[in-house]
Amino acid sequence: MKILVTAKRVEDPESKIKVKPDGSGIVQEGLKYKINPFDEIGVEEGLRLAAKHGGEVVVVSIGGKEVQEQLRHALAMGAHRAVWVNHTGTLDQLALAGLLQKVAEKEKPDMVILGKQSIDDDQNQVGQYLAEFLGWSQATFASKVESLESEQEKNKVPALQVGADGKTVRVVREVDNGLATLECALPAVVTTDLRLNLPRYASLPGIMKAKSKPIEELTPEKLGVDVTPKIQVLKMSSPPPRKAGIKVPDVATLVDKLRNEAKAV
Amino acid sequence: MLHGYGLYQEEHEAFRRTVRAVIEKELLPFAREWEAREEFPRELYPRFGELGFLGLKYPEVYGGSAAGELYEAVLLEELGRCGSGGVSAGLAAQFTIATGPIHLFGTDAQKRRFLAPAIRGEKIGALGITEPDAGSDVAGLRTTAVRDGEHYVVNGSKIYITNGVRADFVVLAVKTDPAAGHRGLSMLLLEKGTPGFSVGRKLQKLGWRASDTAELFFEDCRVPAENLLGQEGQGFYQIMGNFQWERLSLALGALGAIEDMLEQSMAYVKQRRAFGQSLSGFQVVRHKLAELFTEFECARQLTYHALRLHVGGQYAVAQTSMAKKVATETCCRVADACLQLHGGAGYMMEYDIQRHWRDARLGPIGGGTSEVMNEIIAKQLGL
Ligand SMILES: Cc1cc2nc3c(=O)[nH]c(=O)nc-3n(C[C@H](O)[C@H](O)[C@H](O)COP(=O)(O)OP(=O)(O)OC[C@H]3O[C@@H](n4cnc5c(N)ncnc54)[C@H](O)[C@@H]3O)c2cc1C
Ligand SMILES: Cc1cc2nc3c(=O)[nH]c(=O)nc-3n(C[C@H](O)[C@H](O)[C@H](O)COP(=O)(O)OP(=O)(O)OC[C@H]3O[C@@H](n4cnc5c(N)ncnc54)[C@H](O)[C@@H]3O)c2cc1C
Repeated sequence: MKILVTAKRVEDPESKIKVKPDGSGIVQEGLKYKINPFDEIGVEEGLRLAAKHGGEVVVVSIGGKEVQEQLRHALAMGAHRAVWVNHTGTLDQLALAGLLQKVAEKEKPDMVILGKQSIDDDQNQVGQYLAEFLGWSQATFASKVESLESEQEKNKVPALQVGADGKTVRVVREVDNGLATLECALPAVVTTDLRLNLPRYASLPGIMKAKSKPIEELTPEKLGVDVTPKIQVLKMSSPPPRKAGIKVPDVATLVDKLRNEAKAV
Repeated sequence: MLHGYGLYQEEHEAFRRTVRAVIEKELLPFAREWEAREEFPRELYPRFGELGFLGLKYPEVYGGSAAGELYEAVLLEELGRCGSGGVSAGLAAQFTIATGPIHLFGTDAQKRRFLAPAIRGEKIGALGITEPDAGSDVAGLRTTAVRDGEHYVVNGSKIYITNGVRADFVVLAVKTDPAAGHRGLSMLLLEKGTPGFSVGRKLQKLGWRASDTAELFFEDCRVPAENLLGQEGQGFYQIMGNFQWERLSLALGALGAIEDMLEQSMAYVKQRRAFGQSLSGFQVVRHKLAELFTEFECARQLTYHALRLHVGGQYAVAQTSMAKKVATETCCRVADACLQLHGGAGYMMEYDIQRHWRDARLGPIGGGTSEVMNEIIAKQLGL
C-alpha cells in the first residue's frame, strides 16, 4: 500500500517564541525548527503500516527550500521518497489542503496521514478539508491510549489496522468522552493524536540512505492551485502574563469573591 | 549554536539531532539520579550498541558502521551535554580508549572476540595504563608480564581505571622486558575471571561521579599468549597512537560541556534580577560572557583544526596536545566563571553548574596532564 504523510516545518517548542512588536508575526531570528511532532508520529505510523503490508511511504512538505530539512528527517526515519511543494509566503489552511489534494490525486495513495494539528498555529483543519476535497472518508485523532484493556492487548493491537482485503482501515480515535473505533473505506485521510505511537530516531544508516533518496519538487503553479489566502491574520499578540493568585482566609471569603468579584457562581 | 565550520556536513548535523534526541529522552531525565547513586545502568551499553553509537568508526564486519571519526566527534560533543560527566566518560571509554587499540592493532580473531561484542555493548571494556607509582611516566610502568609457555604471567596493579569495576575485558599495558624502558612495554587483552585478576574498591571522586573508577590487581595472573596485542615491545607506540583520539575525545567533550554551561548561564543572567534589573543588564556581566564565548571559540577552532588534521590522516601530535590542553583548561575556566555568575545558586547542588565545575577539573589531568601536553609540544618543537 502507498501512504502519503505530511511533514510540516514548525518552530521548535524548546525555543523562545516572541511576537514581533508590530504584531505581524513572530520573531524568526534565533529560532530552531523541527518536524511537527504530530507529523513525526504520522511518519512512524506510516512506516509501521508499510512494514506490515508492504508498499511505500511518501512524505510531503510545503514551504521554502528549508523544509527539505524536515523531508530529509522523515526520509532518514525510513520514508521512501519525498515531495516538496516549493512556496514561500503565507498559506492558509484551505490553500494547504488544496495543494495536498492535488499531490494526493497525483500520487494516488491508499491513505493520507496528517497530524491532527501543527504545533505552530494549532488549527486542526487541514486533514478535515483534505478529506472533503478528495471526497474520501476521514478518521481524525487516531490514538492508542488505553484503547484495549490490558498492556498485552495494547501492544498486540495497533490503533490503525488495515483490513485483510486492503480495502478498509479500522482506527481507534480519541474523543472527549473516551475512545471511538471507526471503520473507513480506503482511500482515507487519517490524522494523528499524540499518543498514537513513539516515533523512532533517525538512525545513522537511515541518515546516510536519506542522502540519495529523491525529493521531487512541485509548485502551486504546476499543481494548478490558486493559493491566494482567503483568511487574513490581522494581529498576533502574546497571551497576557498570568496575574499572581491570592490567598483567601476561609471558604466564606472564597464564595464571596467567586460570586461578587469573579461573578463565576 | 553555529556548528559546521566546513568540517561537519549536513548528515553530521542530522546525526547530531538524533544524538540530542537520544540524550534528551534517555540520559538527561535520569542523570541526576545516576550522579547521586554514583553509577549508571549497565543497560546503557547495549542500548548505545543498538543505536549504533559504539561502532561509528569501526568496520562493518565487526558490527560497526564505518561511518568515520567525525560522527564519533559529534557524539562526543553531545555527550558533554548529557548532564553527567561520569556517564559520558563511562560510555566514551568504551568506544574511544578501550576498543581503539584492538581496532588499530588487534588480529581478526581478537577483534571478533573483543571488539565485536564491545560494539554491541554486550561486553564492557577498559584501558589499564596508570599505576599507583606511574601515571605520567608511562615508560616507568611496573606491572610485569613474563612469558611462560603459552601464557604471560602478570604481576602488579593499576589504578584510576575507568569502567574497571564492571569491565569484561581490560586492554592492559605491561612490561614484558622490564630492563628495556619504554621499548619493554606491551599490551595484553585481559578477560574478567582470569585467575589471579581481582578488582579492588570502587574509588570515590570529586567529579565524574557516575562513572566507575577502579583499582585492579594482578597476582600470578595467567593470560593466554594469544591475547598479546601486536608484537612484544610495541606497547609504548600503541599507547601513544591511541592517545591521539583519546585526547581529541576529551577536547570534544569539553566543547560540549562548555556550550552547555554557557547556555545555562545565558538563561540565568537574563532571568535573575538584582539592583532592579536583569544580571545581563550589567555591562560587566555582558562582557564576562563575551569573553567566555570568545575563549570557547578559540578552544573550538583549535580542536577542530587538530580534528581536521587527524581525520585527514595526519599524526598531528602537537596540535592534538595543544587542543586537549586548551579545550580542557578553557572548560575549567568557563565552569568557574559560570558558577560565579550564578552567585549563591551556583554553589548549590540543585543547579547543574556545580556538577560541571567538578567534572571539568578532570580534563587537564586525565589522558595526560597539561604539563605532559607541554612536554610533548616542546618535544615537537625540537626542544
Ligand atoms: C577519573 C579518572 C579516570 C581515569 N581513567 C583512566 C583510565 O581509564 N585508564 C588509565 O590508564 N588511566 C586513567 N586515569 C589516570 C590518568 O590518566 C592519570 O591520573 C594521569 O595521566 C596523571 O597521572 P598521575 O595521576 O600518576 O599523576 P602524576 O604523574 O603523579 O603527576 C602529578 C603531577 O606532576 C606533574 N608531572 C608529572 N610528570 C611531569 C613532568 N615530566 N614535567 C612536569 N610535570 C610533571 C603532572 O602534570 C601532575 O601535575 C584516570 C584518572 C582519573 C582521575
Ligand atoms: C553556602 C552558602 C552560605 C551562605 N550563608 C549565608 C548566610 O548565612 N546569610 C545570608 O544572609 N546569606 C548567606 N549566603 C548567601 C550569599 O551571601 C549570597 O549567595 C551572595 O551574597 C550572592 O548573592 P546571590 O546568590 O543572590 O547572587 P546574585 O546577587 O544573584 O549574583 C549573581 C551574579 O551576579 C553578579 N552581580 C550581582 N549584582 C551585580 C552588579 N551590580 N554588578 C555586577 N555584577 C553583579 C554577582 O557578582 C554574581 O556573580 C550563603 C550562600 C552560600 C552559597
